[in-house]
Amino acid sequence: MELKVLGPATPSEGGCSKGSCGSTDDQMAHLPEHIRERVKNHPCYSEEAHHHYARMHVAVAPACNIQCNYCNRKYDCANESRPGVVSELLTPDQAVKKTLAVAATIPQMTVLGIAGPGDPLANPARTFDTFRQLSDKAPDIKLCVSTNGLTLPDHVEELVKHNIDHVTITINCVDPEVGAKIYPWIFWKNRRIRGVKAAKILIAQQQKGLQMLVERGVLVKVNSVLIPGVNDEHLKEVSRIVKEKGAFLHNVMPLIAEEEHGTYYGVMGQRSPSQSELTALQDACGDMNMMRHCRQCRADAVGLLGEDRGQEFTLDKIDAMEIDYDAAMKKRAEIHQAIEASRDAQRAAQSAKAATATASGLPKGLRSVYMAVASSGQGVVNQHFGHAKEFLVYEASPTGARFIGHRKTDQYCAGDTTCGDAETALQRTIRVLDGCEVVLCSRIGIEPWGHLEDAGILPNGEHAMEPIEEAVMAVYREMFETGQLAPPAFENRSA
Amino acid sequence: MAYEITAACVNCFACMDVCPSGAIREAKPHFLIDAAKCTHCEGDFADPQCASICPVEMAILNEFGEAANPLGSLTGIPVARLQALAAAGII
Ligand code: SF4
Ligand code: SF4
Ligand code: SF4
Repeated sequence: MELKVLGPATPSEGGCSKGSCGSTDDQMAHLPEHIRERVKNHPCYSEEAHHHYARMHVAVAPACNIQCNYCNRKYDCANESRPGVVSELLTPDQAVKKTLAVAATIPQMTVLGIAGPGDPLANPARTFDTFRQLSDKAPDIKLCVSTNGLTLPDHVEELVKHNIDHVTITINCVDPEVGAKIYPWIFWKNRRIRGVKAAKILIAQQQKGLQMLVERGVLVKVNSVLIPGVNDEHLKEVSRIVKEKGAFLHNVMPLIAEEEHGTYYGVMGQRSPSQSELTALQDACGDMNMMRHCRQCRADAVGLLGEDRGQEFTLDKIDAMEIDYDAAMKKRAEIHQAIEASRDAQRAAQSAKAATATASGLPKGLRSVYMAVASSGQGVVNQHFGHAKEFLVYEASPTGARFIGHRKTDQYCAGDTTCGDAETALQRTIRVLDGCEVVLCSRIGIEPWGHLEDAGILPNGEHAMEPIEEAVMAVYREMFETGQLAPPAFENRSA
Repeated sequence: MAYEITAACVNCFACMDVCPSGAIREAKPHFLIDAAKCTHCEGDFADPQCASICPVEMAILNEFGEAANPLGSLTGIPVARLQALAAAGII
């Protein structure tokens, strides 16, 4: 398949003349063709693909061999959705059964991942038993695994054998002094080891594992947790080094630390980074391919990113399902073909439009505007404001629309009734949208409209069903034409 | 006396996987150590393996019935802070 929209070798702000600059898939555009081909239908790795394809995680690997200060293995709550938290631990057989059921029911599914809670490679028997069965019974599903890296070098051969072409390593530091502030201990060669010595071993193993995987052609993504005051500055160095060693994607995730999680950071009042700190750091790691659409999904998440259909596939429910996997596989192949065809069409249309947009030129130096978009997928503005559980945030500027990240409206709790705070869902949403000037959605009620306006956020329902970037740029253009992008009067203007 | 697992255990499998004597078994509500099989890891390792990998403070008792990983020893959270949070029902 030919990819029509290719960005410049290093997309950078301002210096880009191509129409595709700033489009959501420029994240992938400067990857070599063979890697792009491998990730194009992977929802977690390709920002564009995640609008179309689904993934699932199975939790089969609860044991861990290190301790991170942002993790508490005790925690498991149905209201919770944060990484490492999971409700249903499965045996390998159950995991295989569930995967086959989900893949038959949700034909957009392309990827099965084993992440946590725990470290999959600290549970090699359960992890590899699952992979072995799946590579046999569901050969069309891509398998991937996330690891803290401590025992990674020992498992590289086995990973390659099971045809696992994506591995995620969490690398929060390359300096043991920094590491000692993140990892209180590791279990290594039959002993618990603490402090700088422990961090040194972990870091060495992670780097060795990364190198071994890259040498064998396995795609490696690196996850880093951004911990303000601990590794924020240091992550630029991490990004540089992992890129140099051949990782293809870097995902910097914000620390989540609340007192009630009972983690070291939560209890000790370590703060989480703000969205702008996260964006600034992602921009500062500019040389590396950064991932910006990560949803930090639950370890047993099922479905498209941002949705979770896990409840449809509880053990009792899958037990009752009859699955003809061969038939399901055929159907999946057809549906994936249709998805690819529509993506091609959309891409072609977008690049044509983008080209005209640039040609008709907005003046350089216009201030940029953040806009929030309610979308349930497929890359279009297609969600009712009141139904959105998360918003995609774009930055509009004369060079185009740039995806910044997503904001969840109900990240940790089911709503104000269970949380016990007085804030209404709408107030919470407005707070979450702080910094955005516009919110694009398919429809919005009159009451929230008023509240949003009062908060200085302009709702816009005029671009329903349009591709997101086009809609964002259309609104931006309109803002320009109606004088809303003029700098405030008190600012000195040179032109 | 053998090593013993308490109700603080979160059933994470870590100890079971590293026990050289096959003394640990999955059980509800929490994992258990078979006293007859537990060797304290003597002859195999310098440190008892279950206690060296368990992530939960107070989950494993040693041969003297003391916590192998006392409160605060694994996370570094000050004990007073832990007790205050537990008393307030926060964790
Ligand atoms: S590696 Fe994963 S499971 Fe282990 S302590 Fe860290 S976050 Fe928790
Ligand atoms: S002390 Fe050693 S032998 Fe006894 S249960 Fe723990 S790991 Fe097994
Ligand atoms: S390692 Fe600790 S928490 Fe995990 S199963 Fe064993 S005793 Fe329980």
